[in-house]
Amino acid sequence: MKSYRRPVPNTLWLSRRPYILFIIRELTAVFVGAYCVLLLFFIYKLGKGLEAYQGMLDALKSPLSIILHLIALAFAIYHSVTWFNLTPKIMVLQIGEERVPAFLIAGANFAAWLGLSVILAWVIIGV
Amino acid sequence: MEETIELEIFRYRPDQEDRPTFQTYEIPFRKDWVVLDAINYIKDQIDGTLSYRWSCRMGVCGSCGMMVNGVPKLTCATFLKDYYPDKIRVEPLAGFPVERDLVIVMDDFIHKLKEIKPWIIRREGEEKPIEEGEYLQSPAELAEYKQYSMCINCMLCYAACPVYALDNTFVGPAAIALAQRYNMDSRDQGREQREEIIASNEGIWECTFVGECSVACPKSVDPAGAIQRAKVGSTIDWYKDLLMPWGGKKR
Ligand code: SF4
Ligand code: FES
Repeated sequence: MKSYRRPVPNTLWLSRRPYILFIIRELTAVFVGAYCVLLLFFIYKLGKGLEAYQGMLDALKSPLSIILHLIALAFAIYHSVTWFNLTPKIMVLQIGEERVPAFLIAGANFAAWLGLSVILAWVIIGV
Repeated sequence: MEETIELEIFRYRPDQEDRPTFQTYEIPFRKDWVVLDAINYIKDQIDGTLSYRWSCRMGVCGSCGMMVNGVPKLTCATFLKDYYPDKIRVEPLAGFPVERDLVIVMDDFIHKLKEIKPWIIRREGEEKPIEEGEYLQSPAELAEYKQYSMCINCMLCYAACPVYALDNTFVGPAAIALAQRYNMDSRDQGREQREEIIASNEGIWECTFVGECSVACPKSVDPAGAIQRAKVGSTIDWYKDLLMPWGGKKR
């Protein structure tokens, strides 16, 4: 007897909330990647001389650029948080018969993130 | 007045029709009923032609998996009261061909289970003679893989996986978790043999880590975790091969 294969809609990724959240996580990579390109561009401008670099800094102060920065920041945070929450699945530590609890492993990542952010903030604002 | 609830059930009768339809049944609502009880009631009292699989009624046999409102569930562990008074839509597990009504064709899954060699493999010449007794294992060594041995082959993880839905060649969550179960067993030496399937194009690298398999799993097997750990293992192998081509691969 013939079996029936249900068609898979093109909108499969939008069919359930967890899939949508996953796709957003994947999309964040575009923003993170774009920001890396921007940082490279900084170095390029710096190589062109102080004036070119200053011009770029001024351009970045425009409202449009600030809005884009906020969007990129939101995506970067979403990316980091969802990714750190997944780390206990990948890094499994077992001591004797017991597993190190997931919250400790994710927590260590969050702590490292916080620590590095504080150091960065200190470098940028502090000096 | 007796309270009732509606079930909208996927019907496919290949002897009568080319494509599936939905049929709605109204049944009495009982607080202590699960979806499987409701389907059994329909089969016994309303429509004897309805086909579906079930056996243990207690989350052990793994045969009653269906899509309940689009989410893969063991229907013997899914209570009507969590949906009441709304209508409940019941469909066969997503990602698999449908044989009849709520019954899916599971050949592909069975084939994949066998393919990863789910038994203890010893290297040539390292098999102990039977007189020497069993291979011993400490509780800590057991704990390394125990979680992955709890699988009941219910296939909910496949039904939750968008990658499998789009590409049925993907080895898939439960089979990879089962491979990992043996790979992490201190008595086993068959990892390299299993890598042929696990690290192939259809294996772990198809997985994009959506993570829904682990959410769907009724036995907390965490197949998504098993797949990511297998990726780490294969990656380490690859670097070892690159840096030490003369060996060091043995485990
Ligand atoms: S891993 Fe979990 S969801 Fe998948 S078949 Fe096994 S018990 Fe079912
Ligand atoms: S009937 Fe056995 S798991 Fe549901």
